[in-house]
Amino acid sequence: MSSISEPIRGRVYVLEDNIDTDLIIPAEYLNLVPTIPEEYHKLGSYAMAGLPVSFPPFTDKETGKTPYAIMIAGRNFGCGSSREHAPICLGAAGVKAVVAQSYARIFFRNAIATGEVYPLESTERLCDIFKTGDEAEIAADLSTIKDSGGTVHQLKPVGAVAPVIEAGGIFGYARKTGMIGN
Amino acid sequence: MKATLTEKIMARAANRDSVKPGENIWINVDILLTHDVCGPGTIGVFERELGENAQVWDRNKVVIIPDHYIFTADEKAHRNINILRDFVKRQNLPYYYDPGTRDYQGVCHVALPQLGHVRPGEVIFGTDSHTCTHGALGAFATGIGNTDAGFVLGTGKLLVKVPETLRFNLTGSLPQGVTAKDIILRIIGDIGVDGANYCAMEFLGEAVTSLSIEERMTICNMAIEAGGKNGIMNPDEKALEYVRKRTDKPFEPLFADADAPVAAEYNYDVSEFEPCVAAPHLPSNYKPASQCQDIKIDRAYIGSCTGGKIEDFIMAAQILKGRKVKVPTFLVPATVEVAEGLLTEKVGGKALVEVFAAAECEDIAPPSCAACLGGPIDTFGRTSGNEVVISTTNRNFIGRMGSKDSQIYLASPFTAAASAVNGYISDPRAFFAANI
Ligand code: SF4
Repeated sequence: MSSISEPIRGRVYVLEDNIDTDLIIPAEYLNLVPTIPEEYHKLGSYAMAGLPVSFPPFTDKETGKTPYAIMIAGRNFGCGSSREHAPICLGAAGVKAVVAQSYARIFFRNAIATGEVYPLESTERLCDIFKTGDEAEIAADLSTIKDSGGTVHQLKPVGAVAPVIEAGGIFGYARKTGMIGN
Repeated sequence: MKATLTEKIMARAANRDSVKPGENIWINVDILLTHDVCGPGTIGVFERELGENAQVWDRNKVVIIPDHYIFTADEKAHRNINILRDFVKRQNLPYYYDPGTRDYQGVCHVALPQLGHVRPGEVIFGTDSHTCTHGALGAFATGIGNTDAGFVLGTGKLLVKVPETLRFNLTGSLPQGVTAKDIILRIIGDIGVDGANYCAMEFLGEAVTSLSIEERMTICNMAIEAGGKNGIMNPDEKALEYVRKRTDKPFEPLFADADAPVAAEYNYDVSEFEPCVAAPHLPSNYKPASQCQDIKIDRAYIGSCTGGKIEDFIMAAQILKGRKVKVPTFLVPATVEVAEGLLTEKVGGKALVEVFAAAECEDIAPPSCAACLGGPIDTFGRTSGNEVVISTTNRNFIGRMGSKDSQIYLASPFTAAASAVNGYISDPRAFFAANI
């Protein structure tokens, strides 16, 4: 069982199936390099910039941050490109966790390897239950998410990647297990 | 024990006799590929985690092919190439293909095999999701992010989950006018954009072996569009010969057991396949081209790692020869080798460049990813409004080619060229019937 120090509380932003990496961070912003601090913050301000204009704005224009700590989605979140800019822009904008029915492999992997956002899997189709702006709380043991009405929804166990999540990413895990030196 | 090709390659790379799907194992890497979009971030992670003076694990196994944002005035794009140059110099890396010099190649997934960096039985990781292309030569190849790539750069290893395999047995022979692109779009249409999530897609059967190497690459290239971790094919004599021509490095191919246990098996007779498109905005929106004749197009685009190889242009030229396009038609050869082929390859006695010029296509762009992924505002062929595009590329997501309002139909080079001639989506078989 994986756990973090305190529950994740905040408002949710709700999307449906097949949210692809071009929606999360369009290619015109891939000239930004995530390891350069100013550009990391810039990437955050462009998080979800590929969504059609009919969607509620995801980030605040002034601060470049998002008021939504939790992203809720349907199936196959993060499909498409291997661009690590995708989980990074979400993390940089202030998203703490994504709760989707399922993930595209590379997005899930990049989220874990970078430690930028927790990619959690729901057991129900939460994008039909939550609405953008609702308050929610993810338990510190990452096993449940509670909606604003107090109903608790189960999440799938994080499983084999738990030690990597706990170590904060692939480098932390490799150091912890002696694969690479400190 | 019977094993799939992916399992055999992973077992050897982990120094083990066998591996099981679902196991997490450390494997040794033969090639790490990166480019201008993810290379700078990979280098950033490598230096942040392992120190500025850290050395790459093996300078002969790192291949850097800038290709995404090359012909643009964008300052950051230039800055990023400079980050690559500086790193290559400091690390003394032999396999760097610098833009603006004679070493420049173009799109990494077409260049990597052309340059002999893809060898059967090896493990290739690339900071690009279409790294799965290289399974066409019997390698285990998949896309990773910057952090994992930074880790590989330092250690030559990566922790990976052994994927389950979906086996696709393809029999029969393709009818005229039907291509590898139609095969993979049909499969993605059937299984969906997450139908192969976390899985290896293994393609076997006579319909695979009868395909050229480039056509095989088109199929493996789009494994990621079904969510696949990798696409893979047995390296037959055709594949081994392709590789031997391009490298002196020794390699030991491995082969799938055709009766290895797999998670699921799909049987297709490709002689029943027809020219098709993937309608906006998912590669799984399969439709026979013949049922889309009411869709008018504003432009055609032939290019990318999927549909910008020399054989793709030969197919387009077979349709365009002696005809004129009705909509602006953008041609972007994937690599310098492809661009040179446009001068030397002939259709109907004429060089491809002449065929395209006579058909009134736009001037041919220099090799790069160009509008396949939109890119900076001044990118060649980038959409800016509500254009309807027929394209030989691999993704038709909202905004993929630039504008969020444009609509992209994915298709084979035959179908794209036939549609360009008519100005609406067209089944290229009519052109063959008319005796092109
Ligand atoms: S051509 Fe398109 S899909 Fe291929 S590597 Fe370039 S951007 Fe990616």
